[in-house]
Amino acid sequence: MRFSLNGKTVDVPAHPLRRLLDVLREDCGLTGTKEGCGEGECGACTVLLDGEPINSCLVPFAQVRGVKVLTIEGLKGTHPLQKAFVLEGGAQCGICTPGMILAAAALGSRPSRKQIRTGLAGNLCRCTGYTAIYRAVEKAARR
Amino acid sequence: MKSVGRNVPRKEGIAKVTGTAKYVDDLSFPGMLHGRTVRSTIPCGDITSIRLGFPTSGFTIADFHDVPGKNFIALIEEDQPCLAEREVRHVAEPILLLAHPDKEKLLQADVEIKYRPGAAVFDPAVSPRTFKEITVEKGDVNRGFAAADEVVEGEYRTGHQEQLYIEPMGVIAVPENGGVTLYGSLQCPYYVHRALKVLLGLPDQKVRVIQTETGGGFGGKEEYPSIIAGHACLLALKSGRPVKIVYDRAEDMLATTKRHPSVVRHRTGVARDGRLTAMEIDVLLDGGAYVTLSPVVLSRGVIHATGPYRCEDIRIHGRVVMTNTPPNGAFRGFGAPQTQFAAEVHMERIAEALGMDPVRLRDVNAVRAGDTTATGQVLGPDTSARKVLAEAVRRTDYHRKRRAFRGTDRGIGLALFFHGSGFTGGGEVKLASKAALELTETGARILVASTEIGQGTRTMHAQIVADALGIPYQNVEVSEVDTGRVPDSGPTVASRTCMVVGKILERCAGEIREKLGKMSPREYLRKFGPLIVTKEYAGPDGLYWDDETYRGDAYGAYGWGCDVVEVERDPDTYQIRPLRVTAVQEIGKAIHPILAAGQIEGGTAQGIGYALLEEVSMRDGAMANAQMTNYVAPTTLDTPSIDVVILENPYQHGPFGAKGVGEMPIDGPAPAIVNAIRHLGADIRAIPATPERIQESRSISNFEIRISK
Repeated sequence: MRFSLNGKTVDVPAHPLRRLLDVLREDCGLTGTKEGCGEGECGACTVLLDGEPINSCLVPFAQVRGVKVLTIEGLKGTHPLQKAFVLEGGAQCGICTPGMILAAAALGSRPSRKQIRTGLAGNLCRCTGYTAIYRAVEKAARR
Repeated sequence: MKSVGRNVPRKEGIAKVTGTAKYVDDLSFPGMLHGRTVRSTIPCGDITSIRLGFPTSGFTIADFHDVPGKNFIALIEEDQPCLAEREVRHVAEPILLLAHPDKEKLLQADVEIKYRPGAAVFDPAVSPRTFKEITVEKGDVNRGFAAADEVVEGEYRTGHQEQLYIEPMGVIAVPENGGVTLYGSLQCPYYVHRALKVLLGLPDQKVRVIQTETGGGFGGKEEYPSIIAGHACLLALKSGRPVKIVYDRAEDMLATTKRHPSVVRHRTGVARDGRLTAMEIDVLLDGGAYVTLSPVVLSRGVIHATGPYRCEDIRIHGRVVMTNTPPNGAFRGFGAPQTQFAAEVHMERIAEALGMDPVRLRDVNAVRAGDTTATGQVLGPDTSARKVLAEAVRRTDYHRKRRAFRGTDRGIGLALFFHGSGFTGGGEVKLASKAALELTETGARILVASTEIGQGTRTMHAQIVADALGIPYQNVEVSEVDTGRVPDSGPTVASRTCMVVGKILERCAGEIREKLGKMSPREYLRKFGPLIVTKEYAGPDGLYWDDETYRGDAYGAYGWGCDVVEVERDPDTYQIRPLRVTAVQEIGKAIHPILAAGQIEGGTAQGIGYALLEEVSMRDGAMANAQMTNYVAPTTLDTPSIDVVILENPYQHGPFGAKGVGEMPIDGPAPAIVNAIRHLGADIRAIPATPERIQESRSISNFEIRISK
């Protein structure tokens, strides 16, 4: 199956009905995408498909044919959100962080607090109470 | 130069935001098998037969016969088997272990277990077995009731709460050097180390426990990892290959520990001017099927049951009992959220009974420096109950809002609370924790068993060491937590990692600084060779505790908190929405203000879930809603903005004055929210305060719940 993974065209020979999450982690070696629930509730496995955040535990691999997939590894540590999450305390235990950052990256430029709350409602964080995450997203947007 | 008090970058921050931090499920070993646990499906009974309905070739299969040492999980009592032998006491009790290289085949393997069912007990009030009973007495409660003008009674209930760390429980066991190395998501490496030695019958050096990056714990990864680690090790030793077990969410929720449900009864004598003259408190906790940590959860619950109030005549009686449900265990707060929920809702009712302003009632009774607690502990100069109350009331404009909201769908409520830092009573002396510091070319390396589970252990410890050594924060490294390398610093629990372990590190740094004199680390190493300084816990002089009578200094220090919550009720659905939370907390010294605030924000959000959303539905002794779809933890939309105010009243024996911070934030939100709902006119005595509970609740006299138009 050919698709774009973090900006590079790749061809991954995996069964079309496997979860995208498993193909990314096991076949592509990209373990930055995390599994929290396997039922599409927690958002830890969020990746962007053509810029849209999705739960990769619910997406069969077949669906990525010809699509642009972006995982946390694709941000290369240089995205303003990544720095802001470190400085503002947006990452505590870190397990929701890759998914949270990708969901935040899909919010567009200068989101309002309300847009942030709505846009991140599918990503559970049990550590932060979200306050530091809002601060981080807002700080990154100001840059 | 100084780093304490500054928001230095988190040690593992980059790894976490780039996805390179390695959690246990991110690791793989050559030849690794996957492990699965076959569990009981009944709450009580005897196993009569086990039938394997699959071709067993290629599988490793283990049951209790494969335990080379003793078949129990070493903790407080020796009652919980690693694998059931004949008797099962709860649903999801581990019976049989399977391992196979192919996960799919493993999950498809069919095992049929037959039982002779026994009579299960689910109601703790009628449990035939008491795990632990504690009585705390101060003065003479009869004398106190005789002096009372009014007596106020009430019963308050709290339910189970699931820790819901986002990374499920997981370990990998690797057979090595005639023993085993265990990698895992866990809080307390030396708890696992000890449990594995007992289970596997291995000496110290043949068991090695390495903590992998841990995706949240909140107490949930305090004692349970010993069980899953035991299972993986049994399979690894039998197969001779590495074995990974990672629970899926449903198994994690069904099988692992939760917060103890509670029933707390108060009978309080009070004088007309608001002074508490007598407090009689009865605490009942549901321990589940095995003892786990229940005695110490009860202990903390009982000691905090009065709330932060002064009273000369007190009697507290607490019991934790067995029921045929999965064992309950550690969860942030550890008994105190349950008993302080009761205390603070009860205080609100006392204020009503006296027709008194609830703030005034609390201020009259709040402990001051020099007052004694229920156990007779004389409180030190770092007692801040009145300070946090005054600041919270002022900052939120509480009194004006209380008047303004009357008769609307808005309510405002508060709760005043405290939380002891470190192990209870003589616990820290018994633990005798050790920490070590190793001199490096440019600074020092921290060697502790304290784990980073999100709260910022590595960062905060490095700040303490940096300032105590007088070197930059970047020059302090933190060793991986590996029992082969780090000493036993005790468990990462009980708000002790900063105050207790941080203090030992500060003392290590002091000695290194002395040894260095005017030399640089490099010069010292050239001249004298390697230097590691290890120190053991040394409590402040004069701390006294008697475990028989429950008298004495229950904790070295207490944090103090006051939460104010504004809520809105939907007039049609009765749903309560918290609009604004103010959390004023006095923690001695914030070593890292953003991390400390992060503990308060996160603990407060968990408290909001506890108060309003999180309900474990038990059906025939099993969690019926063991999935995130219908066990609802707060999302962004359920969590209001949290205004955190940190006050600092230094504790003279804490590092740079610091006390504990991790647990206290979860003590306050539930009673503050229920008191805000009370302000709306609904008499709620049990949480979570779901719309159903609010609809069924009685309205409080003088206030009518407005029925929707």
